[in-house]
Amino acid sequence: MAATDAAKTIDPHAWLAARSRWSVFEIAFWLATLLPFFLFPTYLTLASQVAIAALFALSVDLILGYAGIVTLGHAMFFGIGAYTAGILSARFGWNDPVSGLLIAGAFAGAIGFIASYLIVRVQHLALIMVTLGLGFLTYELANAMGWLTGGADGLRGVRTGEIFGFFRFDLWGYVGYSYALTVLFLAFLFSRRLVNSSFGLALRGVRENVRRMPAIGSEYRWHLRVIYTISAAMAGLAGAVLTQTTNTVGLNTLSFERSADVVVMLILGGTGRLYGAIVGAIIFMVARDQLAGINPQYWYFWIGLLLMVVVLFMPNGILGFLTRLAGRRD
Amino acid sequence: MLSNIAIVLFDGFAFGMLLFVLSVGLSVTLGLMNFINLAHGAFGMLGGYVTVLAMRQFGLPFLLALPAAFLAAALVSILVERTLFRRLYNAGELNQVLFTIGMVFVAAAAATWFFGTVQQPIVLPRWLRGSVEVFGLRLGVYRIFIIAMALAITAVLVFGLERTRLGAQIRAAVDNQRVARGLGLDVEKIFGITFALGSGLAGLGGALAIEIVGLDPSFGFHYLVYVLIVVSVGGLGSITGSFVGAALLGIGDVAGKYFVPEIGSFLIYLILVAILLVRPLGLFGRR
Repeated sequence: MAATDAAKTIDPHAWLAARSRWSVFEIAFWLATLLPFFLFPTYLTLASQVAIAALFALSVDLILGYAGIVTLGHAMFFGIGAYTAGILSARFGWNDPVSGLLIAGAFAGAIGFIASYLIVRVQHLALIMVTLGLGFLTYELANAMGWLTGGADGLRGVRTGEIFGFFRFDLWGYVGYSYALTVLFLAFLFSRRLVNSSFGLALRGVRENVRRMPAIGSEYRWHLRVIYTISAAMAGLAGAVLTQTTNTVGLNTLSFERSADVVVMLILGGTGRLYGAIVGAIIFMVARDQLAGINPQYWYFWIGLLLMVVVLFMPNGILGFLTRLAGRRD
Repeated sequence: MLSNIAIVLFDGFAFGMLLFVLSVGLSVTLGLMNFINLAHGAFGMLGGYVTVLAMRQFGLPFLLALPAAFLAAALVSILVERTLFRRLYNAGELNQVLFTIGMVFVAAAAATWFFGTVQQPIVLPRWLRGSVEVFGLRLGVYRIFIIAMALAITAVLVFGLERTRLGAQIRAAVDNQRVARGLGLDVEKIFGITFALGSGLAGLGGALAIEIVGLDPSFGFHYLVYVLIVVSVGGLGSITGSFVGAALLGIGDVAGKYFVPEIGSFLIYLILVAILLVRPLGLFGRR
C-alpha cells in the first residue's frame, strides 16, 4: 500500500523530468565514443559500422523494447533507406549527403507509416510472421527490380559529396565516423526525449497490457502507428549512412540476417533502455570483427550460444545484468 | 500446356507433402503450449544427417534409415525439452524466439563442424528412382513415395487424434489447458510426448527431403521460413490446417518458380501477408 500512496503523491511531470536528467555515466559514455579517434585510428571504419548498427538497433528498441512489437523484418526499412540514398546518387546524381540522408529517412518513414496499418492489426505469432513476410517481400522486390537497384550485383556508381560542401569523406574514416556518430547522437537525443515523455509512457502501457489501454481512454493503435513510423524512419537513416560511408548498396542491406542480427544486438544489450541497443551493437560488431577474423564459419556458433545464455540467465540483457549486480552491491 | 500444369501440380503437391511432414509437429506443439519453437527445422536437419550417417557409415537401407531419423530426432527433442525448453514456457514469445534461433545457429555451426558445408547426397534404392507413366504423364517415383508416406502419416495422425485416448487428451489440452489440468490430465507429460512425436516427424521430413531439396547446414534456417508459413497460414493445432497450408504453399512455390520465375517468391510472401491480415489466426485457426 505504501508504494501506491507514494505513487499518488509524485507529480507525473516531475517523475518524467527526473527520468530525463543526464547522469554522469551517460556523459562519460558519450565522451568515450570519441575515444576511437585517438586510441584506435586504424579502426575508424569499424567504429562507423558500429555506430550505424547502434542507430539501427536503437530504432528497433523503440518498437520492440518500448512498444512490445516483436519484429523479424526491420531490415526492410534499413534497406529502403540504404537504397534511397544510393539510388539518389547513382541514378539522379544527387550527391549531397545531408539532404540525401533526410530524404532517405523520410521515404523509409513513409513506407513505415503505410506498413504500420498492417502491423497494428496482428499480434503474437501472426505479428512475427507479418514482419518476416514484409521483410522477405521487400528483399524479393529489390531483387526483381534489377533495373533500379542493380539486383544481386548491387548498385554501382554511388558517390557521396562533401558534407555541407566542406567535409570530404576520407579514406581513413575520420569524417565517416564523425558523420555516423553525429547522426546516432542526434537520433539518441530524440529517442531519449521521446521515451521520457507521456507518449513514451503510453507506449510502455501498450507493451504491458494492450487490452487495458483502450479502457483508460488511450488510442493505442495510433500510438503504435506513430512509433512504428518513427522507428522506420530511423532505420532508414541508418541504412542511408551505411550507403554514404561505404558508397555501395547490396541486397544484404535487406536480408533476413540483418533483421535477425539487430534483434540479437538488442537482446545482448538489453531491451527498453536505449543504451542497451548501443552497448549490444558494440559487443556484437567488435566480437564479429575479432571472431570472424579467427574463424568465420563458427562465428554464429558463439552468437547462438551467447543468445541462449543471455535468454536463460540474463533476461534483461547484459546492461540489465550489470545494473542488478551494481544494485546488489549497494 | 495442360500436361505441364498437371506436372507442376503434382510436383508442387509432393513438395507440399514434404513440408507437411516437416511442419505438422510444430503446429500441434504451438497450439498446445504456445511455445514458439524456431528450432523445429533444426530437428529436421538432425534427421537428415542421421539418415546420411546411417546409410553411409552403417550401410542401413533407406527404409530403415527413415525410422532411425525419426527416433533420433524424437530422443534429442525429449532431452532438449526436459532440460531447456521447459524453463521458457512462461518467458514470453520474444525470449522463446531468440533462444530457439540461438539453437538453430548452434546446430548449423555443429553441422558445419562435423560434415562441412557441402551438400550431402544419398543413394536411393533402385525401386525409388526414375519415373513411371500415368495417363501419359511422367511422374517421379520418389515423389509418389513421398505423397504416399505423407497421406499415411496424415491418416495415422487423424486416427490417433480422433480415436485414441492420448489423442483425446491432446485435444482437450489444446482446447483448454486449465480445464484439462483440472480434470486431472498431466498436461506436461502430454506435451512432452507430443513434442517428441512432432520433432520425430520433423526428423523424418528432413530425411525425406534430402533427395528433393538437398541437405546442408543451412537447412534448419532455410526451411524454418517454409515451416512457419505452413503453421501460421494453416492455423495452430490443426492437422487439417497444416495439410491444406502445406499443399497450398508447395503448389504455389513450385508453380510460381515454374511459370513466373522472376516474381515467384515475391508472390508467396505477398499471399502470406495477405492471408494473415485477413485471418490472423490462419485459415483453420480457432483461437
